[in-house]
Amino acid sequence: MSEVWTSTLVFLLLSAVVAASLLWVSRALRVRAKHSSELKGATYECGEEPDGPAWVRFHPRYYVVALVFVLFDVEAVFLFPWALNIGRLGLFAIVEMALFIAILLFGWAYAIRKGALEWQ
Amino acid sequence: MIPPIVLHGLIYGGVAAIALLTLTAWGIWFERKFAGRMQSRLGPTMVGWAGLLQPLADVLKLLQKEDLVPAQADRTLYLLSPPLTVFFTLATVAVIPFGVDVAVANLPIGVPWILAFSGLMVFPVWTAGWASANKYALLGAMRAVAQGISYEIPMLLTALVPVIFAGSMNVNEIVRWQAEHHWIALWPPGPGLFAFVIFFLSCLAEANRIPFDIPEAESELVAGVTTEYSGMRFGLFYLAEYLHTLVASAVASALFFGGWNGIFGLPDGIHWMLAKTLTLFFLITWIRWSLLRFRADQLMRICWTYLVPASLALVMISALWVHYAPQLGPMWGG
Repeated sequence: MSEVWTSTLVFLLLSAVVAASLLWVSRALRVRAKHSSELKGATYECGEEPDGPAWVRFHPRYYVVALVFVLFDVEAVFLFPWALNIGRLGLFAIVEMALFIAILLFGWAYAIRKGALEWQ
Repeated sequence: MIPPIVLHGLIYGGVAAIALLTLTAWGIWFERKFAGRMQSRLGPTMVGWAGLLQPLADVLKLLQKEDLVPAQADRTLYLLSPPLTVFFTLATVAVIPFGVDVAVANLPIGVPWILAFSGLMVFPVWTAGWASANKYALLGAMRAVAQGISYEIPMLLTALVPVIFAGSMNVNEIVRWQAEHHWIALWPPGPGLFAFVIFFLSCLAEANRIPFDIPEAESELVAGVTTEYSGMRFGLFYLAEYLHTLVASAVASALFFGGWNGIFGLPDGIHWMLAKTLTLFFLITWIRWSLLRFRADQLMRICWTYLVPASLALVMISALWVHYAPQLGPMWGG
């Protein structure tokens, strides 16, 4: 068991090195400007002078979507152990999960009805 | 002395990573060539035979570019985001079985591992958009996060269908089960195929591919989160996108099309996995150059109104099927 995790860890380190190595090579090869101007570091807005700060306020609907996401994400966490053991637990588990999902779908229908997931 | 298991991780992981990066480079070449042909152009022709060395030339060019950081940017997050996207995408590869019982790590929690790293992708994209201090980048990042977390739900739920059938979360075990019984996309008629279609669509959305590429919609957002990035940092985002597409193809073929299992009882092996993965990759490319982009509201409606309830229904149908229907023997006889 732990052997599998060792090779996973090795692979994670390897992935990190691969991701970083391209940047190391780039650091060695890339050009560096001798002169710099203030305009160079300016925010890109299609050639216009940047207008106000970039960190603007955004629509609250993103927040609502995130809330509904958490609801279903937590549900999926419960579904995984259930999915593994359907064969052993039989019809009882299926009915139980059907009830659980029905309750969740109630919340889903409410969100849809309220227009929480509408984007216009 | 290096312990053998570390060596195993290093060799298998190294080979898998290098093979995937090479495949990705050629995938980019293939996509450009294919796009050219679709639009009555030739695509890359100059570097190497039929432009085959074009990706290499592009990488060399990107490596030499100046590494610009906008003055307003949040420096640490800005510099850290691009390598993180590549890291998270590559980490998924650990559990994918390429040949018969050949994977970097046969984790017992393979499916959640894949889904977890796919879910983590939201973070570097968001930090990149936020740290750029650019309005286009911020808007692109907001859309990417909304889309990423929304489509994660149908992806999670449809990934459960193979888990229900095989009774295991180990990806290699799921492939083995399909070799011993039947491919999940082919049988039972209906749930398996629909689950694959929804999983595939969600993968497209997670990888920000057309028709789900709203986060970087060129015509409205310049280049989305990558607007301010230059040189190799931009290259890493680009690499991560194609890598993600390739990895998603590999995961879909393992979960729904029997991975390394051969058709008509032909010998199993890595060639089948490769053939299936590349077929799906081709399908994604084809979709990209045939379809238009959805609008943001259409995208969210498709996900929450149709895909989420449909995938919940598929999960319940699969559970009932496993309980009531007798399990079939090997699909290809023997």
